[in-house]
Amino acid sequence: MDNRFQKITTVEKLLDFFHDGMTLMYGGFGGVGSPPTLIDAILQMGVKDLILIGNDTGFPHIGIGQIVSQGRAKQITTSHIGSNPVAGELMTAGKMKVEFCPQGILAERIRAGGMGIPAILSDIGMDNEIVTNGKQICTIDDKQYLIEAALTAEVSIVYAKKADPYGNLIYDKSARNTNPVCAMAGEITIAEVEEIVPLGSLNPEEIVTPGVFVDYIVPSQGVNWKWAWE
Amino acid sequence: MGMGIEMRHKMAKRAAAEIKQGMVVNLGIGIPSLVPNHLPAGLHVMFHAENGITGMGPNPKAGDEDENLCNAGGFPVSLIEGGSYCDSTLAFGMIRRGRVDMTILGSLQVSEKGDLANWIVPGKKVPGMGGAMELAQKAKKVVVVMNQTDKFGESKIVEECSLPLTSAKCVDMIITDMAVFTVGKNGLELAEVFLPHSVEDVITKTNCRVKVSNQLTFS
Repeated sequence: MDNRFQKITTVEKLLDFFHDGMTLMYGGFGGVGSPPTLIDAILQMGVKDLILIGNDTGFPHIGIGQIVSQGRAKQITTSHIGSNPVAGELMTAGKMKVEFCPQGILAERIRAGGMGIPAILSDIGMDNEIVTNGKQICTIDDKQYLIEAALTAEVSIVYAKKADPYGNLIYDKSARNTNPVCAMAGEITIAEVEEIVPLGSLNPEEIVTPGVFVDYIVPSQGVNWKWAWE
Repeated sequence: MGMGIEMRHKMAKRAAAEIKQGMVVNLGIGIPSLVPNHLPAGLHVMFHAENGITGMGPNPKAGDEDENLCNAGGFPVSLIEGGSYCDSTLAFGMIRRGRVDMTILGSLQVSEKGDLANWIVPGKKVPGMGGAMELAQKAKKVVVVMNQTDKFGESKIVEECSLPLTSAKCVDMIITDMAVFTVGKNGLELAEVFLPHSVEDVITKTNCRVKVSNQLTFS
């Protein structure tokens, strides 16, 4: 296979990037669009004390939920843990610190990280102490806004439908969700993809994430969990 | 909760009547998800989902599901003609920019001023706000569909919310299993009563000041 950019690799060769206490960002929304093969490898490795950043905690047996429900995360910045009761139990027991962030602002903080912007201003959630707690407020044109810090991570893991050898990505329907922004916000970005296609075969007008943001590409083994609706 | 399917559909049908031609509408889980069943044929609506779908269509038949085409609750949906996919930031940009005309959602409490408390019960249930804050604060019209009372028989419409707020002064309409209320600058107004309830029944179960509309209807 054409691998002139040396980005196409295997999960086994990337394991050194994962270690205890690291910050790990993941794409996906309720498990849809989370990279199953990478998540499985991280689980098997047994790394712990992870600091996670992602939309939600999936379901106990779906997506990042598997890592959370095995107690491998010490902290998470997320918008929703309601589909994963184990996450709630860990939070209540003080075993996992949870920073809740309104969903769209969380995605925008990740985008800011990926765009090289240090923070954004937001007027979302200003009536709720859980959101405002500890955040600076600034005033523009007599209106108050929260300063919401950008988010980046040591490693970002994302899922895409197709990649070419340069790491140009297109996604699959609603499995796109937070993946394009997470792909930009990792110091190292690993894309797990359904299909690797020849260079030049993706329509340049339709590429969603330019390969500039993608460091490694691994083929997906597919979803190894049962969906809640199945 | 404990509500018959017939009443759930009645509430969904009433909420559906608020949807007008060409609107972009975001539906919450539960009763709001029944709303599309009650839209008149030929009404063009773009249903919006926070995970990045504009133009959500009906749930596919068993066996036709696509695991990568799901609503924000994680359940399989379809896409109508003219629909599109986008990432989460764009989906929320649509909300914050005021391009989502209406959100129909459930709630734990609503105050007479239209304050919404729908995601947290301190010490009990802390699921996270998800996209509720953006929707409540920025959708052009906020329609709440919920029971009139909680499982202890206490009114869910209150003078001041005791639960942490999702957003203050954001609710425009409340549809319960007993009645329809509007929230405007003159406060809470009782607009419609669902038979066999009477105005007195509704007022007894509403724990705040409520003005009875001079255009009150029964249905």
